[in-house]
Amino acid sequence: MSDSTAGHRPGDSDLTGSGSAAGLPPDGNASDGEAGAEETGTAPHRVIGTPPPAQARTLLGTGPAADAGGDGAVAPRELPADPPDLASAKRAERVVVACFIVAMLAGFGFIAAYLIFSVHSVTNVLHSNLALGSTMAIAFLALAVGATIWVRRLMPDVELTEQRKPLRSSPEDRAAFAQTFEEGADASQFTKRPLVRRTLIAATVPVALAPIVLLRDMGPLPGKSLDRTVWRKGLRLLNYGANTPIRPSDFSSPGGMITVVPDGYQDDFDALAKAAVIIIKFGPGQIVYGTKPYPVPGAVVPNWSVNNIVAYSKICTHVGCPAALYEQTTHHILCPCHQSTFDAARGAKVIFGPATRPLPQLPMTTDAEGYLVAQSDFTEPVGPSFWERG
Amino acid sequence: MSIDRALSGTGSWLDDRFRGAKGFRTFFRKIFPDHWTFLLGEIALYTFIILLLTGTFLALWFKPSMTEIVYHGSYLKFDNMRMSEAYASTLNISFDVRGGLLIRQIHHWAADLFVAAILAHMLRIFFTGAYRKPREINWLIGIVLFTLSLLEGLFGYSLPDDLLSGAGLRITQGVLQSIPVVGTYLSFFLFGGQYPGQYIIPRMYILHVLLIPGLFMALIGAHLFIMFHQKHTQMPGKGRTSQNVVGAPMYPYFMAKTGAFFFFTFAVVSLAATFAQINPIWIYGPYNPLAISSGSQPDFYMGFLEGSLRIMPAWQWVVFGHTFAFNVFIPALLPLGLIMTGAALWPFIEQWITGDKREHHVNDRPRNSPTRTALGMGAVSFYGVLWLEGANDVLAQHLDVPLYTITRIAQVAVFAVPILAYIITKRICLGLQRKDLHLLEHGVETGVIRQLPSGEFVEDTRPLDEEARAKLARPEPLALTPGDASDPVPPPGMRRSVGRVKVRLNKVLHESVPVNGHGTDGHGAAPDGEHAPAAISAASGTADEDAPGTDDH
Amino acid sequence: MTRTTARRRHPAAGYAVILLGLVSVGLAYSAITSGSSTSATPPSIALTAQLSQVSQGYAIFKADCSSCHGLLAQGVPGVGPSLIGVGAAAVDFQVSTGRMPSKGPANENVRKPLEISSPAQIHAVAAYIASLGGGPAIPTAAQVSMTGASAGFGQQLFVADCAQCHNFVGAGGALTYGKFAPPLTVSTPTQIYEAMLTGPEAMPVFNNTTITPQEKRDIIAYVVQTRAEPNPGGLSLGRVGPVTEGLVAFLGMLLFMVFAALWITAKHGKAHE
Repeated sequence: MSDSTAGHRPGDSDLTGSGSAAGLPPDGNASDGEAGAEETGTAPHRVIGTPPPAQARTLLGTGPAADAGGDGAVAPRELPADPPDLASAKRAERVVVACFIVAMLAGFGFIAAYLIFSVHSVTNVLHSNLALGSTMAIAFLALAVGATIWVRRLMPDVELTEQRKPLRSSPEDRAAFAQTFEEGADASQFTKRPLVRRTLIAATVPVALAPIVLLRDMGPLPGKSLDRTVWRKGLRLLNYGANTPIRPSDFSSPGGMITVVPDGYQDDFDALAKAAVIIIKFGPGQIVYGTKPYPVPGAVVPNWSVNNIVAYSKICTHVGCPAALYEQTTHHILCPCHQSTFDAARGAKVIFGPATRPLPQLPMTTDAEGYLVAQSDFTEPVGPSFWERG
Repeated sequence: MSIDRALSGTGSWLDDRFRGAKGFRTFFRKIFPDHWTFLLGEIALYTFIILLLTGTFLALWFKPSMTEIVYHGSYLKFDNMRMSEAYASTLNISFDVRGGLLIRQIHHWAADLFVAAILAHMLRIFFTGAYRKPREINWLIGIVLFTLSLLEGLFGYSLPDDLLSGAGLRITQGVLQSIPVVGTYLSFFLFGGQYPGQYIIPRMYILHVLLIPGLFMALIGAHLFIMFHQKHTQMPGKGRTSQNVVGAPMYPYFMAKTGAFFFFTFAVVSLAATFAQINPIWIYGPYNPLAISSGSQPDFYMGFLEGSLRIMPAWQWVVFGHTFAFNVFIPALLPLGLIMTGAALWPFIEQWITGDKREHHVNDRPRNSPTRTALGMGAVSFYGVLWLEGANDVLAQHLDVPLYTITRIAQVAVFAVPILAYIITKRICLGLQRKDLHLLEHGVETGVIRQLPSGEFVEDTRPLDEEARAKLARPEPLALTPGDASDPVPPPGMRRSVGRVKVRLNKVLHESVPVNGHGTDGHGAAPDGEHAPAAISAASGTADEDAPGTDDH
Repeated sequence: MTRTTARRRHPAAGYAVILLGLVSVGLAYSAITSGSSTSATPPSIALTAQLSQVSQGYAIFKADCSSCHGLLAQGVPGVGPSLIGVGAAAVDFQVSTGRMPSKGPANENVRKPLEISSPAQIHAVAAYIASLGGGPAIPTAAQVSMTGASAGFGQQLFVADCAQCHNFVGAGGALTYGKFAPPLTVSTPTQIYEAMLTGPEAMPVFNNTTITPQEKRDIIAYVVQTRAEPNPGGLSLGRVGPVTEGLVAFLGMLLFMVFAALWITAKHGKAHE
């Protein structure tokens, strides 16, 4: 293990006791010679343990006693000053410098692009984004490449070893800690006065509960609100968009489907999230009717439809996406989120996918002016299942 | 010269107040081992910093409010249309703030890379066994960080209140609602009433910009501090033992490398944000609860939850007026719960099975723990099948495969593929071990052919040099409570059926190609399953697992 | 060594495994895929100026369509539906997108290169079918004009009634049993109008009292404007959303970072210059 002959490091000019302070140039032949003397082409291998106090070195100006050890001997170098092949390092330096210059230019380019390119239209934003983004990317990339080449080619290779200390504390340390802890516990009387201890714990219980209690007003209790929607008797079905009422004679092409919303709630998202409905027009004989005046599995309730027009809730019974994809040839309603599929001719019975319940049918009739209206609310809760649904 | 004086002056001023010389010196001389896989965690760290910076920029313009307004900005298609303030302010950032779209895209790409990097880092830790003692707590912190990153991303991409993320929010609400007993209450409390309400966006906002980042900073700080304090693990190699760290010092080497890596991270995210459009909310349009698009997926890290929802058969119980919506809350809770709980418990399970309470500071090469690696690949493929199923409609459209067929295949694959992955991975690991053994025993082929006097041709081999030997050597697995074979009473850990299960599992976990010469043909465990002669491990003097201070109480 | 092990070491073993893997994947894929139809050779029909449009149309119909739809367009059960009452708009849509003539009843009818390509011929067939039973007419230029149409309002309608099949911007989507809603990237305004009006294949029918002509123009404006709109953020990645974004995150960004990491930590090897 050879070490620095000159006994000092570049920049150590005001280290006391370090011999000829300003003598040798920082990256000079001395270090070259060192490097040559140290090893034969492989990285130096040294052990870093706890160095002897006299050899502690500091960058921080006039270090105290440690440096003034005064024995004249300075700590051996731990890191070589230069890479072995200076010619190749010189070439690499040019590459690194070029990279950093590119980065600087790109950085200024970014600022220029910000000033030059305006936004306020899609095409402008396209150009601005390209200009700003590419200058930024080039700047960072050039910095990254330059820094990497610097580390790999300009810095000398080292491989050093550091000893691990056992993670477990020594038995003495553990014992000392245990004693301190016990003395403190005794002094605190915590263990000797059980009533104090227990009442303290009792006092903290409400303090811990209070923050939870404070959150109560985050939301109302669900109550029965999930069982109902805003649909009620006589409420008109509006064709969503223009929000106009619908006559059966308007919605007369077999295979038709459209989204409808309750009259008065066309902009109320809270209502629409449960009350959105699709109506579907079938050709004659395509619907499978049930025989009861209430929903039975696999069948459409007969007096809830008008002129082969059936109304179903648009809110999928799986997790609530709008189930709107209607295939007129198969009469399937497909929910695009998780592929729950309902047969619209058979009471929106589930035929594939994770949904467990059919889409509820909305009881429909016409009013005095011939527009489609609801007879009542849905007869079961719409949307995803929940615990209290029944 | 003057720089030095300035530095030393400042340093001296600080040192007068903080006594930092020794501490900083220790810090500067800290050794960091070098392996490319050790940088995966740094990707996560640096994307986190990028997220903080870009997120702050975005917060200067974003309005977390669901109040409906009429839009009059630069995206002319939506002029005079009604939309929430959150959506309008995001359009504003994208089209009316210089650099706004770029920073938005950097933020979102960085978020994707953040989660991808955490995944990669987590897998690296698992496959190299770096979660073992003394790093179990750091592993648990990492799992919490992973879970937080999923939530943070979910809230983040839901903030603009667009149609795509709004659909995701609706699904989240439907899932919450389905939880037995408390579901409706949770949903009403989170949303401040019925869905969608007026509260969810501002609430997600404060979680996304304050609470979760705060937790992140605390946990990332702890994660890094623990890693510093315990020192990083290292890959096996020459001179590397469990009592040392071999590498280059923090100053200047590691600082420079990590700085370069930071710039690379920023560069790649900028590149993506320049050339690849992400989350074009103007295409999706503002959220409306009655609108939906085909091909709606969440961001990729939520994909496996989406896939679980799609793959689940329609299963529910209605009992005494109450619904158990298995079809919803099982896919929501089970895969994630399995993976996270399994991952969290794994270090302790492994410790229980192997009885190994030593400190581990040298990583395993994945091939040297075939069972662990195979289990990991099983979990990865389980995750992967669900992930693919989450994109089933996009796959159906672009691969021209019927929609239902993909789901049916996935329903089978989710069980079959992990099992297959386990078997195949294990065989691959064992094969690689055999190859390593062959190299260790016979050396490297030199390409020089000699003819023996008997007429036979042989190829010369050259024994591996010390460094290569050190890399290939395998640590000696710990015998599970070595007992006296003649003693009829088994040792405490091996009694009763639990003990017998433990012995069995230990045998499976330690399945490896035995290191004893040409012995068997190399596959399966040796008869007692858990020994390796000291010959090869000791000769290279590496990977000696008797770390200082080990205690086997 | 066992025989298996011996064969495992054969030089061609690696290639054999790869070949086996490729063949298996290919067989599996073709088993589950639902192929779409491709075009056949176009017929040649000579038109003479003297024939009236309907007669011309009948001539073409007889040659190209009657084998599936019957000589009187009454339909052939199990082969082709009746065309009586479908209207000129339906015929114009199907033929101008190349869906018709179809290769056969079992195939899903997709947009393909035109077999009857002259607009005059297409209108002639349409006129003939219209003469049989009426039905929706081909829209006029004014009816599909985007002047004064609101793309923003069209967006609201599109996401409520169209996007669930066709995707936010009309990039297309999967339906059941191997069907799919096609992308709208090359559809003309007339074709979009006609499709809404006549509900081809599995698409629902949106007649003019369900989605009014003005609303149809708004939807057309939305589709056409959006597909022509540049992508300010960079490459569109198919406008499919997070699926392709996730792929870019893993296969693009993470891979790049892995390469960067490999470079930064690479050892110089014995000869460090």
